[in-house]
Amino acid sequence: MYVAVKGGEKAIENAHRLLAEKRRGDTAVPELTITQIKEQMSLAVDRVMTEGSLYDRDLAALAIKQARGDLMEAIFLLRAFRTTLPRFASSKPIETTKIKAHRRISATYKDLPGGQLLGPTFDYTHRLLDFALMAEGELPQAEVCEPQDEDLPRVTSLLNAQDLIEREQATDDEPVSDLTREPLDLPAGRDVRLQNLARGDEGFILAMGYSSQRGYGNNHPFAGEIRMGDVEVVIEPEELGFPVSIGDITVTECEMVNQFKGTEAEAPKFTRGYGLSFGEAERKAMAMALVDRSMRAEELGEEVMGPAQDQEFVLYHSDNVEASGFVQHLKLPHYVDFQGELEMVRNLRAEQAEKFRKAGE
Amino acid sequence: MNQGPTIEGYNFAYLDEQTKRMIRRAILKAVAIPGFQVPFGSREMPLPYGWGTGGIQVTAGVIGQNDTLKVIDQGADDTTNAVSIRGFFARTTGVSTTERTEDATIIQTRHRIPERALGKGQILVYQVPIPEPLRWLEPRETETRKMHALEEYGIMHVKLYEDIARFGRIATSYDYPVVVNGRYLMRPSPIPKFDNPKMHNMPALQLFGAGREKRIYAIPPYTDVQSLDFEDYPFEIQTWDENCALCGAEDSYLDEVIMDDHGGRMFMCSDTDYCEDRRSQGHIGPLGTPQAAE
Repeated sequence: MYVAVKGGEKAIENAHRLLAEKRRGDTAVPELTITQIKEQMSLAVDRVMTEGSLYDRDLAALAIKQARGDLMEAIFLLRAFRTTLPRFASSKPIETTKIKAHRRISATYKDLPGGQLLGPTFDYTHRLLDFALMAEGELPQAEVCEPQDEDLPRVTSLLNAQDLIEREQATDDEPVSDLTREPLDLPAGRDVRLQNLARGDEGFILAMGYSSQRGYGNNHPFAGEIRMGDVEVVIEPEELGFPVSIGDITVTECEMVNQFKGTEAEAPKFTRGYGLSFGEAERKAMAMALVDRSMRAEELGEEVMGPAQDQEFVLYHSDNVEASGFVQHLKLPHYVDFQGELEMVRNLRAEQAEKFRKAGE
Repeated sequence: MNQGPTIEGYNFAYLDEQTKRMIRRAILKAVAIPGFQVPFGSREMPLPYGWGTGGIQVTAGVIGQNDTLKVIDQGADDTTNAVSIRGFFARTTGVSTTERTEDATIIQTRHRIPERALGKGQILVYQVPIPEPLRWLEPRETETRKMHALEEYGIMHVKLYEDIARFGRIATSYDYPVVVNGRYLMRPSPIPKFDNPKMHNMPALQLFGAGREKRIYAIPPYTDVQSLDFEDYPFEIQTWDENCALCGAEDSYLDEVIMDDHGGRMFMCSDTDYCEDRRSQGHIGPLGTPQAAE
């Protein structure tokens, strides 16, 4: 006698309880607080906010805690929360020339107006495990210069003044598309592409950018400028008719300067690739700028040779919430389809065996 | 009959009314053009992509307080993902749920069509992973949309022909392509081809939701649905030498269950409600027990 297995409901409830227990870990160890995550895992918080498309340090920290440190799961949690939020207004474009910079570097000029500012970077650390951190240690004091009040001109604007780089066409009066409200339509405009890249998985965007440097596509980039700091977010509610500041956010911006050989009609000049992320996510912003430029191949009349230049490929596969869900859905039951395949393979094998038997006679 | 209050802070059926309206507009368009994939502003749901987010959004778009919902996965009401989705709607709508096919007004399904014929007024909502029937032949969306517009489906016939040339038969056992209303090539979602004939002239409304791919499509009631085939290689469905071990059914889709590691196996109905219903009517298969004894 066979009794079909039931009780999925109970199993799920128990699994949830076990998960909560595992998340907490050894109760003899003090529980992690949201503030601790926010303060001491700040780059994880930044990544979750960037790919979760929601600037909220507390909720991102909560998501990281709830996800047991699995950042993709945390991103998913934040996204699922974000969809339920009403939209009050669209902000004005943020003014990154008015950034209160904590870091600003250019790889194209030794010195430039506003200067180079190293900021809190891993760049020149020697990657040696600091065993002192295993104990609670004293904090070294850093000397930090006061953020400047003056505008920080962009490297690309300096090139622009000499007509050496393509002009950026402002399209502020056109509505900006929103991938979270409308389905992707191809070919996608640059606003959609940039939104997709900003939300896209850091690992995927990094690998795509990397591939464009290694010859799959034609990218000759210079890190024109990277800046990280605080910018004001301004909205202009229709009923008020004047702009209101709703607070500051930290962003990282990267502008890549790329070669462009020109065409018969157009003189050679530099072109741009743009990257922006919430918080301190420099690797992401740089990779994004590379892929943004790569995906402009078609518009600039370049041959599309590598995956990073292929917008359909990049845009459809960059989202880790989509990718993670679809890859992992394979663990859901598929026994109905598998049964169909079993029946098919058995029949095909029987037919082939019959054929061989006949041939042998 | 309501099962209980909905969760605080969330709208009926989770989505806000504007979003539901957007989904309904997409559904109306889909019904008006049977088999055509309508792009829609798919939302990020609190369940993972690939786990039924499209079906869930379609159900959320059409469900009302007086509906009775049934959710199945692999034909069964008690598979974990079906339990989870049913729980989601029970929490967010408070509507009554059922396992009985005939009592449901909306049935959300993954990979099966119930064995019991669906009736007028019922809605069958399919969860769709990949909506594009041509996707594995042509990966580009920009190309496949053109092919649909021009009704250029030759490569699908070539694919089926290649199967015949290689294997002597069409080697597609599930997600078997159909032509809807004599016009659009459509992917029926990964249901076994056994279920394809049920789609033809079905009195119930069939809605398909693909969340990750952001498409909705539909088959209105009593619409012509034909599985692709050739005159000399007509469409065929799966058959088994065995009957259901529990209820003895000869006409239902069977799941194979491994009994031991010596090759012992048994077959049972994949549609658990159908199987139970038969057993309660006194049908007993070779390994079944009379209902009263349970």
